[in-house]
Amino acid sequence: MRPNSISLIALAGAFLMAIIAVLTFTRPPVDVIATGNPGTGMQLLYNPDTVAAELAGNKAPPALPPIDAGPLSSTVYKNVQVLGNISTGAFTRLMVSMAAWVAPQQGCNYCHVAGDFASDAKYTKVIARRMLQMTIAVNTNYKDHVGNVGVTCYTCHRGLNIPSQVWFEGVTPGSGGGLAESQMGKNLPTLTGGSLPSDPFTPFLLNNQNIRVSGSTALPSGNLASIKNTDWTYALMIHYATALGVGCEFCHNSRAFNDWTQSTPQRVTAYYAEGMLRDLNRNYMVPLTGVFPAVQLGPKGDVAKINCATCHQGVYKPLFGAAMASSFPALGGSPP
Amino acid sequence: MPEYQNIFTRVQVRGPLHAGVPVAKGPWMREGKPFFLHLAGELGNAQIGPLYLGTLGVASFICGFIAIEIIGLNMWASVNWSPILFIRDLPWLALEPPSPAYGLHIPPLNQGGWWLMAGFFLTSAMVLWFFRVYRRARQLGLGTHTAWAWAAAIWLYFVLGFLRPLLMGSWGEAPPFGIFPHLDWTVSFSLRYGNLYYDPFHMLSIVFLYGSVLLFAMHAATILAVSRFGGDKEVEQSVDRGTASERAALFWRWTMGFNATMESIHRWAWWFAVLTPLTGGIGILLTGTVTDDWFLWAVKHGVAPHYAPIANIVDPAAGGKP
Repeated sequence: MRPNSISLIALAGAFLMAIIAVLTFTRPPVDVIATGNPGTGMQLLYNPDTVAAELAGNKAPPALPPIDAGPLSSTVYKNVQVLGNISTGAFTRLMVSMAAWVAPQQGCNYCHVAGDFASDAKYTKVIARRMLQMTIAVNTNYKDHVGNVGVTCYTCHRGLNIPSQVWFEGVTPGSGGGLAESQMGKNLPTLTGGSLPSDPFTPFLLNNQNIRVSGSTALPSGNLASIKNTDWTYALMIHYATALGVGCEFCHNSRAFNDWTQSTPQRVTAYYAEGMLRDLNRNYMVPLTGVFPAVQLGPKGDVAKINCATCHQGVYKPLFGAAMASSFPALGGSPP
Repeated sequence: MPEYQNIFTRVQVRGPLHAGVPVAKGPWMREGKPFFLHLAGELGNAQIGPLYLGTLGVASFICGFIAIEIIGLNMWASVNWSPILFIRDLPWLALEPPSPAYGLHIPPLNQGGWWLMAGFFLTSAMVLWFFRVYRRARQLGLGTHTAWAWAAAIWLYFVLGFLRPLLMGSWGEAPPFGIFPHLDWTVSFSLRYGNLYYDPFHMLSIVFLYGSVLLFAMHAATILAVSRFGGDKEVEQSVDRGTASERAALFWRWTMGFNATMESIHRWAWWFAVLTPLTGGIGILLTGTVTDDWFLWAVKHGVAPHYAPIANIVDPAAGGKP
């Protein structure tokens, strides 16, 4: 090998490292906010460029000016099952807003039969009614998660007929495979990172499997959770983090993930989301399975369901905490 | 002026091809006719061969091949035999141990039976390789240090895949075969058992691992630095130091007040390397069997401080409200 071969190899290596750095590193500066005890590495990292892009992509649309005039909607319109106790003014304002939030292209006729708005002939209207009840339930029953910010149709829909981030059931672990290894529900590239389970939602956000796997005593005291169980909890937690655009340290001290005294208040908020999501998926989404056309169902014929990303869409508070619901008391929104 | 170097050799020093020293006896003395390979000469000795395969080598190779076949074919089946997906997704694919529900029973092939079988053949291959290395060393009249160093690595593998699952009563506790899947397993292991970094044997293992790296760098740097005085003749200099060793020794006494000797540095390095998997294996073996949460264990024994709460929150499942 000629003397300059070594420098050529070094040059090629430096070039390769530069490519990797350019493609994967975040350009400084990064703003650091410490949240925990010194030295524990509990730091929220914000890159101004990323934050600017997220702020631009998660803006709440302007609300129509409030109207609260006219007789009760139930006295004027037929077949009003959910919003009968508000004024026709507030009713119409909400209907127009819903069209803009969910079906800006199709307008009223996405749900309503033209000329007979009372008809339930379109499946979309049946679903929309149930979704109204769901929105009201979230705003009134789950204040421990949504606070006074609340949710509206727009929180999830963002101008789309079907929210962009929904989930369907994955393969059942241990199924199929013939003579070869059966399917594990993991060990394939997934959004949850690594080769973790791709559907940690069915066990935890639909069924009520135990999420808590860590030891709670120094010595063994009957905790039978396995390492395989932990893979599923781990995948669920990675979903939480990616759905909110945060790292583990947003809620946890990574030296002892399960220790509540070393966790942040956000962990409590997240805890209440688990019960809420199980309720929404089981009592609002699953009963609608037969109402949806088959093409909108998942590969196993199950209905689209909700997880953290459905509302959060990569941001720690959906729409950065814009209190949209507060200007729609009919949806159960509270004053800010 | 041409310069001889050990890596990226500018001048290849080649003697005549040689079959090596005569040995007493053996069933297959040596396989193949040695030859020179220029590329190998860039990195080390240009001579390739002769190779000794022997009974143990062949048996080890066959066991290893079976294990890799079982793992690889199951991975390939998991992407419906698509060659493109097999290559693209290979880092993610895995052969998993049985579900914990099977305990220590032998599960059906497609429910973890393949994993048990692959583990058996891979372990056999490694143990056979140990005996092969041991026997080859003895045949040449060498000490058996290499074989025992390899045994230390087998110990860690054996603890992970066999001994600890045995003590835990479940094959499902063992790591899967797969690139990312076994890395995910290590994280899940640590999450389940309360942060492996507080396991004192894991700490020791890290000390020996990083220590090995440090010793390796210190030793290699010292020898390269004194090779201009003939310092690369380390073995002779163990008994007859000469100026190279004396300069090297003085260099370390100047910089840190103490020096290893031409012989002891190799014992230091060997033990650091061997203790890495030995202590690591002990740390794994204790996890879940003797302790359930290393962080709480460390707090209990004063290893880690338990900081003041950062916010007065209580587990909501325990009835607490923020």
